[in-house]
Amino acid sequence: MSLLSVRNLSVQFPTRHGVLQALNEVSFEIAAGEVLGVVGESGAGKSLTGSAIIGLLPPPGRISGGEIWFDGKRIDNLSETNLRSLRGRHIGAIFQDPLTSLNPLYTVGFQLTQTIQTHLNLSNKQASDRAVELLAATGIPAPELRVQHYPHQFSGGMRQRVVIALALAAQPRLIVADEPTTALDVSIQAQIISLIKKLCKEQGTAVMLITHDMGVIAETADRMAVMYAGRVVETGPVAAVLHSPQHPYTQGLMGSIPKIGQHLARLAQINGAMPRLNAIPSGCAFNPRCTHVTEQCGQTVPYLQPYGATQAACWNVRVAV
Amino acid sequence: MNTKLVQVSQLVRTFDVSQPWLTRVLTRQPKQLLHAVNDITFSIAKGETFALVGESGCGKSTVARLLVGLYAPSQGTVELAGNDVSRLKTDLKLRRDAQMIFQDPYASLNPRWRVADIIAEPLLLHGLALDAAAAQIKVAELLTLVGLSANDASKYPHQFSGGQRQRISIARALATEPAFLVCDEPTSALDVSVQAQVLNLLKDLQTRLGITVLFISHNLQVVHHVADRIGVMYLGKLVEIASKTDLFATPKHPYTRLLLDAIPDMEMSGRARTPVGGEVPNPLNPPSGCAFHPRCPLATELCKQEAPIAKTIGTSVVACHWAE
Repeated sequence: MSLLSVRNLSVQFPTRHGVLQALNEVSFEIAAGEVLGVVGESGAGKSLTGSAIIGLLPPPGRISGGEIWFDGKRIDNLSETNLRSLRGRHIGAIFQDPLTSLNPLYTVGFQLTQTIQTHLNLSNKQASDRAVELLAATGIPAPELRVQHYPHQFSGGMRQRVVIALALAAQPRLIVADEPTTALDVSIQAQIISLIKKLCKEQGTAVMLITHDMGVIAETADRMAVMYAGRVVETGPVAAVLHSPQHPYTQGLMGSIPKIGQHLARLAQINGAMPRLNAIPSGCAFNPRCTHVTEQCGQTVPYLQPYGATQAACWNVRVAV
Repeated sequence: MNTKLVQVSQLVRTFDVSQPWLTRVLTRQPKQLLHAVNDITFSIAKGETFALVGESGCGKSTVARLLVGLYAPSQGTVELAGNDVSRLKTDLKLRRDAQMIFQDPYASLNPRWRVADIIAEPLLLHGLALDAAAAQIKVAELLTLVGLSANDASKYPHQFSGGQRQRISIARALATEPAFLVCDEPTSALDVSVQAQVLNLLKDLQTRLGITVLFISHNLQVVHHVADRIGVMYLGKLVEIASKTDLFATPKHPYTRLLLDAIPDMEMSGRARTPVGGEVPNPLNPPSGCAFHPRCPLATELCKQEAPIAKTIGTSVVACHWAE
């Protein structure tokens, strides 16, 4: 049985100018110890999916349909108190910007011990030992010394390690990592990715890895989901989706990434841009940018259908191949 | 092809980051200088795309700003077609020839100006359009050139997406028909599909207009796509300059190899990334000798003591004691 199961999740933002449908019937599952990569461009709704799972939807967003099941229990309708005991303890989160996810006024050690003691029943001594252990596990040199330091005394990569240590503090079974490496340099990115991979392997933690970087997904994830305008348009094992994408959007995305060793005069480009939430085209949201568009695309919304090893939401997959 | 348009010689730029005078006197601290760019030399041939890569804080953006005269060099010279760029401030003619596209399309356009005014400003300033009506005709031409519509001229920047704003930036830079265009991370704030659009546009324009480009990026895949020659920067110094083919096929400096290793493996060939430990050191307190030695797998006693001098190997220039 899968650890996390998201079923037909829809999220709405009621605004003065009408209701914006930010997520539309998003479904996926993550098994224990598995890394699911969620990719898409800005505005696709990938971060929002993560926020919905940890119960931190920005107001006025609300879940308007669907269910989220974690470890056999439904969690999307939990009260704030119950959510709190789940969040951090069983579901950890890593956010994009390591500077804003740490409190600048407290030492790293204080933030770690506080998190540990909130979730685990440990004495002060045990908790601070655990804090040092966690920092050591994330590869921070001289952890005994570093626990006394403030976030500003850490570099970007080191801060992200602290954030990872915080997320791992209570040994959660699922980690929602929202763009954990985007703010970092390439050499540091490689360090953080191998760290996340190593820790998950050791502890059997499942990871939902949200990113716009296909390279990061290729290296880290087992399965991936491609999102576009609030919907999952393609999902499947990473190798299958990356090497033989079925959906025209995924194909376009893969073509638009410059690759080393490939000499092209021009990159394949997808014309246009992701639609805004208040102007999502009818039918398939991708149809104005799609090269394989037919009449049906403008009328009915495609649903995920299996094609080979992957599932794609497109009416014309066989044509597109 | 061998005519050099841009010649940078022994360029140095330091920033004074000292504490205020009183604090310094009370705590007896010396003045503190940050060497953002430290003795770099390179040239760009006419029509060529030269790329600078490196991690954040290595000084690539400072070089960009020095090259278009936004900063004055502390030492050394930048020559654009034989003219010293430090005269850019006073020489309007010279200024026409060097234009820049900035990283953040949300910060580089004045939100209170209409697109027409943004693009017309350089035209009017340089006398390329005699009156407002003539300027508007040119603005419409430029907007069409970068793939926008002439009707967009009356809109404000907030009405455009990131990729479209970057197109407006490009139109503004091209307004003066520059010979040299500096692109400082023009696509790093954009999504991949939009990045492809902007890169294609830049390439098309370069072929059509024969512009020389300095392209700055931290993304090696992007650099591989656009550049002819590449310079790798580390902590204010150029550690390797090589043609694209040489740099990617036979990287000579260990830092270049590190950067190439750090590129995510899209082919999923199972090649393990070897993350190199350590981070970019604090530029205020750079390591002795070769600045890369604390992270370098080849470092020896010599590297700790003596900074390597750039040497020419084949067509590449490498600053490493052990490069051969």
